[in-house]
Amino acid sequence: MPNGGLAGNELLAILILQILNSLFYASVLFLIAAGLSLIFGVMRIVNMAHGSLYAIGAYVTAWLVGRAIGLGVAPAWLFALIPMGAIAVALLGAAIEPVLLRPFYRRAEEYQLLVTFGLLLILEDVVRLLWGGLPLSADPVMDALPIMRIGGLSYPGYNLVVIGIGATAAVALWLVVYRTKFGVMLRATSQDRRMASALGLNVGLVYVLAFAIGCFMAGLGGAIIVPSQAAVLGMGIDALILAFVVVVIGGLGSLQGALVGALIVSFVRTAGIQFFPEIELAVLYLIAAIVLIVKPTGLFGTA
Amino acid sequence: MMKPTAPAITRRSHVPLMAAAALAFIVLLLLPALIDLYQVQLLTYGLIAAIAALGFNLLLGYTGLLSFGHSAFFGIGAYTVAFLLRYLDIHSMELYILIGIPIAALTSALFGYICVRHTRIFFGILTLALSQVLYSLALKFFWVTGGTDGLRVARPTLLAGLLSFQGAGSFQHFINSYYYYVVVVFAICVVLMWVIVHSPFGKALQAIRDNEVRARFLGLRIRHFRWAAFLISGTFTGLAGILWVPLNGLTTPEILYWPFSGEIVFAALLGGFRNFTGPIIGGIVFNYLKTYAIATTEYWQLLLGTVLVALVLVLPTGIVGGLSKLAATLRGKEKA
Repeated sequence: MPNGGLAGNELLAILILQILNSLFYASVLFLIAAGLSLIFGVMRIVNMAHGSLYAIGAYVTAWLVGRAIGLGVAPAWLFALIPMGAIAVALLGAAIEPVLLRPFYRRAEEYQLLVTFGLLLILEDVVRLLWGGLPLSADPVMDALPIMRIGGLSYPGYNLVVIGIGATAAVALWLVVYRTKFGVMLRATSQDRRMASALGLNVGLVYVLAFAIGCFMAGLGGAIIVPSQAAVLGMGIDALILAFVVVVIGGLGSLQGALVGALIVSFVRTAGIQFFPEIELAVLYLIAAIVLIVKPTGLFGTA
Repeated sequence: MMKPTAPAITRRSHVPLMAAAALAFIVLLLLPALIDLYQVQLLTYGLIAAIAALGFNLLLGYTGLLSFGHSAFFGIGAYTVAFLLRYLDIHSMELYILIGIPIAALTSALFGYICVRHTRIFFGILTLALSQVLYSLALKFFWVTGGTDGLRVARPTLLAGLLSFQGAGSFQHFINSYYYYVVVVFAICVVLMWVIVHSPFGKALQAIRDNEVRARFLGLRIRHFRWAAFLISGTFTGLAGILWVPLNGLTTPEILYWPFSGEIVFAALLGGFRNFTGPIIGGIVFNYLKTYAIATTEYWQLLLGTVLVALVLVLPTGIVGGLSKLAATLRGKEKA
């Protein structure tokens, strides 16, 4: 039956596309959640402004791309602008940590949560102040790459780049944390801040760097998604909740957890949009709640 | 032996406090004669926010659990009223309250059952995640909930249909009557909460907050107490949602969205969560702060965020905490 064969092929192509979509989404989500998890792991702070930092990464990149196009830069060079958004957010993070967070390490957790919530309110409006209420897009970056054909269906090549960046970031972060001297310092500080300090580590510097790296990851997440989805107000608040779900499933403070959590959330979401769109988000939150009940520290958490 | 003249510090008389509360109540009753209609309306919103914050603070201030999901209970209260009107054609405020409270209590009991397994950060994240289940449902099941447009709620009848509001001038009439209605409910809530936190149950909560291990050694079943506190807390906030929606005339998913939970936290902190009166003052002041911030600038979140950060940095005990500290310092100077 040629007809059935064709349908089978098409089904396979759809399946492949859905898997690619999930991986695309997981890459971005991993970047955000890994940053959140890293910051919590080292500094024991749940950064509620993390989603807003992701949004700023997206806005900065989209704004730079818009500027560059205005100046007539060739599309291929626009890719160099993607890290700029992430670096801008990292610098912002390096400024935020000493000013806003450092006074709170000795205080109760509630205050840390509240101060980052205040930061969230501030950053959300700063974004609106700087870039207005209209969506800001960076499509030319996406258009610079060809559209691929997968089993008769088309798929933007840019999405594969995003998946590549997500995978590279995961490997790079793992290498930094587990295979460098700085990684040892990070882990030592996270296990026992006072002991690390007593052994001569500059804990203050480790904190700034950890926070900046976490922010860099969030900014990179925003920077790589903005060519395919325009930056809009409120994107950070939505992203934060999903990142929370990821780290709750994977375990707050664990990088492996962030990776596995991001994959679970992305696949469930992609399937959800296809099969049960009404309760797609509710299912995610319920998974998170179930994980917290069954294994309170998350799948990979230890603390 | 202690001299009989020595002032008993631990068992201070409640008489001055009751006198102050009675005075505040009388002032609240007389105020509408002195201020214009808009201010009456604003104050009504403020009192409702105070009820929400009061409920919230049973968890934060007295049990030591920071919930970032109280929007869920506020929203449940509000949507229950909207559903009762839309699907059952009920117009009576008393019925809204009588049906809404058990529903808010049930939701709180369910959420609490899951959430009190954790404390600290995880408790906050879990309450947040669960509240967002409701948010996403309200958003996605738009044929039931109206989606982002929300549901309109007409003015209800008060006092079992004795007062109804239709026709010309009914808006002014409604605002004035509803103000007194809310003041009475507010007063009942305050008294009730006062009794709760000063009962053996309330003392047990504070013992758990201050030292969980010792409280366990005393034989307290910690999780049960936390669950009960969660239930009461959520129900109070749910009642605030019930009262809020007829005044607002509309309920949207925004009140289920988690930044709204943040606003409740903000209000409690603004007043001072270590004092009984803190969240009450905080709720009222926050309402003014937000209203005027929105009126003055497009970037009101920036303003609120800055206030919040400054508050946490400079005045972590809130308005009431700051004032009582100031009063203590002044008294100390007088004695010296």
